[in-house]
Amino acid sequence: MNFWRKFIHKRVPFLSLLFLATVSIGATFAPTLTRQSYETQNIEEKLETPSAKHWMGTDSLGRDLYSRILYGARMSLAVGVLTALLSLTVGTLIGSVAGYRGGRTDSFLMRIVDLFTIFPSLLIAILLTVFLGRGFLGILLALALTSWVTHARLVRNLVIQAKGLNYVESARAMGLRDSRIVLRHILPNIIGPMIVSLTFQIPTNIMNESFLSFIGLGLEAPYSSWGTLANEGFRAMRSYPHLILFPGTILFITLLAFNALGDGIRDVLDPHGKRDFGG
Amino acid sequence: MRGLFLYTLKRLLGAVPTLFLLATLVFFVLRLAPGGPFDGDRVFPPEVKAAIDAHYGLDLPVWKQWTVWMRAAFFHFDFGESFQYLGRTVNEMIAFSLPPSLLLGGLAMLLSLGIGIPLGVLAAWRQGTWLDSSAIFFAVAGVSLPSYLVASLLVLVFALGLGWLPAALWDEPSSVVLPVLTLAFRPLAITARLVRSSMIEALSSDYIRTAHAKGVPVKGVLFHHALRNSLIPMITVLGPLAASLVTGSFLVEMVFQIPGLGKHFVGAVLNRDYPMVMGVTLIYGVILISANLLADLLCAWADPRIRLDSERN
Repeated sequence: MNFWRKFIHKRVPFLSLLFLATVSIGATFAPTLTRQSYETQNIEEKLETPSAKHWMGTDSLGRDLYSRILYGARMSLAVGVLTALLSLTVGTLIGSVAGYRGGRTDSFLMRIVDLFTIFPSLLIAILLTVFLGRGFLGILLALALTSWVTHARLVRNLVIQAKGLNYVESARAMGLRDSRIVLRHILPNIIGPMIVSLTFQIPTNIMNESFLSFIGLGLEAPYSSWGTLANEGFRAMRSYPHLILFPGTILFITLLAFNALGDGIRDVLDPHGKRDFGG
Repeated sequence: MRGLFLYTLKRLLGAVPTLFLLATLVFFVLRLAPGGPFDGDRVFPPEVKAAIDAHYGLDLPVWKQWTVWMRAAFFHFDFGESFQYLGRTVNEMIAFSLPPSLLLGGLAMLLSLGIGIPLGVLAAWRQGTWLDSSAIFFAVAGVSLPSYLVASLLVLVFALGLGWLPAALWDEPSSVVLPVLTLAFRPLAITARLVRSSMIEALSSDYIRTAHAKGVPVKGVLFHHALRNSLIPMITVLGPLAASLVTGSFLVEMVFQIPGLGKHFVGAVLNRDYPMVMGVTLIYGVILISANLLADLLCAWADPRIRLDSERN
């Protein structure tokens, strides 16, 4: 409760949260929020500019852009959030083992983490899409498999710090099993920085997914995300700039809101934490 | 000096197993993936398919293909023959497409440091003013704005709207401008934000107060005293910065139709051109490892207290 009281006074992060809640509700209730279908092609109404019937115009196949953006939000947000949760889980598992065990286990695991740090996650994700395919699950796995290292490093360092503290010492003296010490004692104490890291991971994932979709290596039809829309919009940009401006703007504001939200949560939960800019 | 040399040598030798591991991983990820390079839309008669497979060594067992490729690559720097460009070796393609990418990346790096550092200094100096807040907004926007949107806006305004610059292609000096601006946008924002925060820390320390007290001009305090001491965190991001330039190049080169390494990498992945993917990945590996090494060396040079040998845990 203390968290909320502090958080609610931060104007920009709070507004960002409201905005993101609106987008999520829009994505969830997309079918009731638009009467136009996102997939029905209507060649007679193609490439229209915004009007009362098509709020954001139509694309080159006559599909309603507003509906496509609402349904695209489902894909983009789902990939962003699920990937972040998955990579946090994997990262926490590996990071806590490395940090708690130390020694050889630690140096072996950290070598792998180093390898992932040198190479940009998108490059690895592109390579992995060849193997995992370009369906929803494939993209999700490809992005999660490349982003867990950020969490792993963070959790490892936090666990190492916690290991030296008295409460861990006494838990050990009481003869608790290692897994119980990590799960029930250490993790609840370091959950703050982990949540911050999770929040910052979401916009990165949304951006990376849109990147993959934009260069044609992302989600394949029938799925379409904001990145897919931006790609199609870019091709038609010369004559119909609204096709890139609408999806682009909503994507930009969403990413901005996630980053502002992360900043706000960090200020409350982890005041000394630093933002980690990955490649 | 001798220590520095030995350290560099050690790091360079340490890079070989890293590259080896990388090449092996990528090799098996590619070979184990469903679908092959030549089973596209066109269906070949079996004997033609067999001849193609034999020509590219695809009829050998996978581990055999791996030894052949690895030996050629690591001992003769020969990355093999491209699958999608008939009769061209991967080495030729790389020699052909590396220069535009390096030019693009180098200029973008210069631009992001050249503008990002002064911007960060200025924001830290005028902390809390409108100048600072707009710099912060720019920095946050910079990491939230996907580069294809930057590219779209630049093309819409400067190419299609004003007609000052070409919208794509790589045939005249002015075609460098928009791609470089696009590529530099994100690293510039990251640089500015980082310099700002480390400058703020530096500006609150005792030696700055001393410098002010003894009457050193503001410019001298900022650039001579404070900036020098906040350069270390700056240098450590050179590695991630190089990485973000590599990632950015995929998109920028596709969007602006630049015949560079990034465009070929994406094309090779799409067309299952295995040797090309492997070759380009290794080149990226070399570039990124060198960038990280260079950053560590620069760090030691800027701050003699940093001991290089104890750097790697």
